[in-house]
Amino acid sequence: MHESLVVAGKEFRDGLRNRWVLAITLVFAMLAIALAWFGAAVSGEVGFTRVSTTIASLASLAVFLIPLIALMLAYDSIVGEDENGTLLLLMTYPLSRTGLLAGKFMGHAAIMGLSTLLGFAIAGLVIVVFDAEATLAALVSPFSLFIGSAILLGWSFLALSYLISAIAHEKARAAGMALFVWFLFVLVYDLTLLGILVGTEGQVNESLFQVLLMINPTDIFRLINLTGFEQVAQASGMLAIATSESHSVAGLIALLGLWIIAPLAIAAAVFRRRRT
Amino acid sequence: MTNTVDLEQLSCHFSGVRALSDLNLALGEGEVLGLLGHNGAGKSTAMKLILGILTPTSGRVRVFGEDPRGPGSGQLRMQLGYLPENVSFYDNLSGREVLTYFARLKRVPPKEVNRLLTQVGLDHAANRRVRTYSKGMRQRLGLAQALLGEPRLLLLDEPTVGLDPMATRDVYQTIDELRARGTGIMISSHVLPGIEQHVDRVAILGGGSLLASGTIEALRSQAELPLTIRVRRQPSTRFPDTGLHPAIQDAIPEADNSLVLTVATRDKIRVLNELLNLAGLEDVTIEPPTLETLYAHFDTELNEGGTRYA
Repeated sequence: MHESLVVAGKEFRDGLRNRWVLAITLVFAMLAIALAWFGAAVSGEVGFTRVSTTIASLASLAVFLIPLIALMLAYDSIVGEDENGTLLLLMTYPLSRTGLLAGKFMGHAAIMGLSTLLGFAIAGLVIVVFDAEATLAALVSPFSLFIGSAILLGWSFLALSYLISAIAHEKARAAGMALFVWFLFVLVYDLTLLGILVGTEGQVNESLFQVLLMINPTDIFRLINLTGFEQVAQASGMLAIATSESHSVAGLIALLGLWIIAPLAIAAAVFRRRRT
Repeated sequence: MTNTVDLEQLSCHFSGVRALSDLNLALGEGEVLGLLGHNGAGKSTAMKLILGILTPTSGRVRVFGEDPRGPGSGQLRMQLGYLPENVSFYDNLSGREVLTYFARLKRVPPKEVNRLLTQVGLDHAANRRVRTYSKGMRQRLGLAQALLGEPRLLLLDEPTVGLDPMATRDVYQTIDELRARGTGIMISSHVLPGIEQHVDRVAILGGGSLLASGTIEALRSQAELPLTIRVRRQPSTRFPDTGLHPAIQDAIPEADNSLVLTVATRDKIRVLNELLNLAGLEDVTIEPPTLETLYAHFDTELNEGGTRYA
């Protein structure tokens, strides 16, 4: 455990030093403020919109951005150390492979978690301060859920990038795999589901459809943030189908947690068998 | 007393390459062993097996009597130091930060870091990023890293490759100091000269097999390699062309008025006595067979044997 914490500490300090934390925080904060401000532009006015609308637009954008950032942050975590030659050295230290993986993940998770929290919390504060209608009390609960689930989404894609990094033997290949994973989960998967739905004219078994949505962490994230608001759910197209059956938020969050643990466990198993 | 390292019938094959076959080798306590051989002879593989990074295909590795891949490996690794071939570090960290990181992983107190940086002569550059380091400085940092926690066994893979003579001398000086303190050391090298006076014993590897091992003296007599005597005369005089001494196997005149003689080790004194009586003698130098010639001898023996490469 001591060794894992040492690795996590180094990884986190690296994140501070090469400005990852700062960059991600700024991106999230500006994105959230901009969406809150211009969110109503479609309806012909500029100014802060309803919290539910803001969160809905934030969630749709976060679904694209957070996986991309998480994959970029950690796709080379293991294969990069391998190519650099430092993995060989680390393996001669009193540090198990699982310990190294856990330590690096904790460091990256801290980077991702801290910047998500900071970025969106700053945005939340800005909305409270400058929007006359928004009150802290009304904002805290939905925003906390949004930030919490966004952090979990980030961690689940971090876990996926660790799996990629443990499998790949070249950094360039790992980058390609990361891009593929992003395409698959963020773009292709939903489009395919939509295609099936349209092609079969909605004659898909509903419980099967529910299961299909759970196979993708981005869909779980969407469900958590969209089901809470009825008006949003109606406006969000395909997901409206899923929301007809009520999901418990706790259950969805547990599922997202599974999306962190499972890829990490597989990554650890792959890493143990990897020849350095 | 258990040996520091014991390798028994050790083989390691991967993807069709027989990196190491049936290697038997031991390193006694406080002994310095030179692991010699060409690139691909199996030196690095042997070290990685000792470190527990690679799993042996067959055979047994014991370090301080324990399995380096066993449950006690964490404790074992606290007592090991390793300098990999072409060592590299985190370029965006300073030398001190890199060493502090590795010290924490090995649970070595932070004050060791400054002591080691001074010992390897990096204290002036400790706060510079490793990116700006020269090859020699990286190697020094690598050595400092290997020395963290005063290891009882040190594995140095090609520690002097690419270093200038000064840095090479420093590396060997450090090795001599550690040797005096009783640290078991294994140094691999394909640069043969220079290593001789710093090792107790050498093991010559070729094609993944042990070709020969023993003290350099023992190997020399085993190979029965002749030594070279170089005599120079005054420009005005001449040496007799033939019949200097019956024990001389070969005599080649060279441009600077000297004669290069090949003599069997056992005839050395008799021949020298004769040579010293020559009129007009200006200088005599004796060159014992180097490891280079030794290596060539054992390597040829292997190639003639032929079968082991199959």
